[in-house]
Amino acid sequence: MNKKILYGIFDDEEVLLSSVKKIKENNIKIAEVYSPFPIHGLDHALGLKETRMAITAFIYGCIGITFGGLMIYYIMISGVAKSWPMNIGGKPNWTFYHNLPSFVPIMFECTVLFAAHLMAITYFIRNKLYPGSTSKSPDPRTTDDKILMEIEVQDNEDEVRKTLLATGAIEINEMNHEK
Amino acid sequence: MQKESKIRDPLIIGNKTYHDITVDIAKPVEGKANKYWWILFGLSAALMLWGFACMAYTIGTGIGAWGLNKTIDWAWDITNFVWWIGIGHAGTLISAVLLLFRQKWRMAINRSAEAMTIFGVAQAALFPLIHMGRPWLAYWVFPIPNQFGSLWVNFNSPLLWDVFAISTYFSVSVVFWYIGLIPDFAMIRDRLSEKLSPMRKKLYTLMAFGWSGRAKHWQRFEEVSLVLAGLCTPLVFSVHSIVSMDFATSVIPGWHTTIFPPYFVLGALFSGFAMVETLLIIVRKVVNMEAYITIKHIEYMNVIILLTGSLVGVAYITELFMAWYSGVEFEQYAFLNRATGPYWWAYASMMTCNVVVPQLYWIYKIRTSFVATFILSIFVNIGMWFERFVIIVTSLHRDFLPSSWTMFSPSFVDIGIFLGTIGFFFVLFLLYARSFPVIAQAEVKTILKSSGSEYKK
Repeated sequence: MNKKILYGIFDDEEVLLSSVKKIKENNIKIAEVYSPFPIHGLDHALGLKETRMAITAFIYGCIGITFGGLMIYYIMISGVAKSWPMNIGGKPNWTFYHNLPSFVPIMFECTVLFAAHLMAITYFIRNKLYPGSTSKSPDPRTTDDKILMEIEVQDNEDEVRKTLLATGAIEINEMNHEK
Repeated sequence: MQKESKIRDPLIIGNKTYHDITVDIAKPVEGKANKYWWILFGLSAALMLWGFACMAYTIGTGIGAWGLNKTIDWAWDITNFVWWIGIGHAGTLISAVLLLFRQKWRMAINRSAEAMTIFGVAQAALFPLIHMGRPWLAYWVFPIPNQFGSLWVNFNSPLLWDVFAISTYFSVSVVFWYIGLIPDFAMIRDRLSEKLSPMRKKLYTLMAFGWSGRAKHWQRFEEVSLVLAGLCTPLVFSVHSIVSMDFATSVIPGWHTTIFPPYFVLGALFSGFAMVETLLIIVRKVVNMEAYITIKHIEYMNVIILLTGSLVGVAYITELFMAWYSGVEFEQYAFLNRATGPYWWAYASMMTCNVVVPQLYWIYKIRTSFVATFILSIFVNIGMWFERFVIIVTSLHRDFLPSSWTMFSPSFVDIGIFLGTIGFFFVLFLLYARSFPVIAQAEVKTILKSSGSEYKK
């Protein structure tokens, strides 16, 4: 069977949003939407799962504060410092909690450092963004002003075309899979 | 779709479509630089080279090339350091705090403000680096396992907090900036033709990281931006608080005050917004962004300047009051000497530029005039430089021992390095204005329908 991919091009995000909803109602599967800017509510309309980026940031932050605390504990309290206890400016380093107030700033900075950078790295990996990666968008206009809806069709091509045009697509392009 | 009240002023002027926004923002990158750009660039580059020469001279001969002396052992360098760090703060405030508050007007200015932050912090970082005397050993400030019988940095010291705060601030700002830039680099990449400019196409393809704008990517993009904004907000407050603790944790009268952290943070935002205005009023003309950076944006920033300027004024007066109220005669003398001693002129310039001049923004006509704003923003920049000079030098020049009382005068090397960092900053900024999308176009497109002048009719 001939497998085809249709690209419905839209030029307005509100039209696209209502179109996505209608196409979903007709039980047609939308493979992907490419847009030049974030569209409010599109993720819900497409039925995308909530992203877990914020959760990762929280975990990385916890790692950061633990790392900061352990690093400071080793350098200032245990480690070599143990054999040479010092009282710097009324901040004795016999125990961690005595000294804790002046460790807070760096533990905080470590939290932010780890959370921000590791989340950014996760974001790059999950989105497959890296220098040398090339755009997967089928149409270069999707970074300018056009929104593209990608639909795989098998034997329902006419129906999909009709629905796309009826819901506001300004043009429909297609690509044949040579498989 | 977001709705906005009709009576709110539009933030995008003219009958723009999404495509027009693309074209307008890609234009400075695709086109050739005009005469003014080259003149400004030449001047800045000359200043920068002079600054580099002075830095090389300092490193070659030692800190003795500066105007510092035994009593005033911290002066010009740390003044410039705090000044530049302060300038950096507005960028993060605009991109992070205003994002959390969902302020739409930030979208036209956040990119340039963040660029200013990054370039400003880079200038700031130069000063401690040179002051080390042996900058090739700069990595000693980090807790790195070493061969000196494990000689570690001191985590009780605000100077080390500063190292962590500023390096975190700098690197997180770069990441935040870059994540926002990726969709805009992709926009430029897709506009460049393979045939006409193959090198540039390759360069922007590399910088765009293969962005294609999938729905899932945008969903992650928005969440990552929000979380980064949430992380940057306490970060920006922590950085300047820690800078202020470099002074506040000492026992020098005039420095040893608990008001320093909020007072420095407010001063930083105040000076940062002034620098954003100075830059943007030029940028909007040079690269034709009049439709996106409107008088309304300038007015909003002026309101923030008025607020932070007045709060800084309150801090100045509180300091004076607390000195008197404390009953400590050294503290009282430090402040009396600040205002009426040999450096009275520095104190007076600070008071005039930071407290009196911004009060003019109560007047609607001044608040909504580009020319007036530009002039006043220069006043604020100067005033905030004097504020740091006053705090640092006047507190030191009357030492505990009257026999070591002295005055500070900068050497030509001091002045050269400062001018050099200004040149360096503008070189970076001018290069940025020609090669980066100066407005976050993807974000501006999202507010076109709610805040565009044509859609408001």
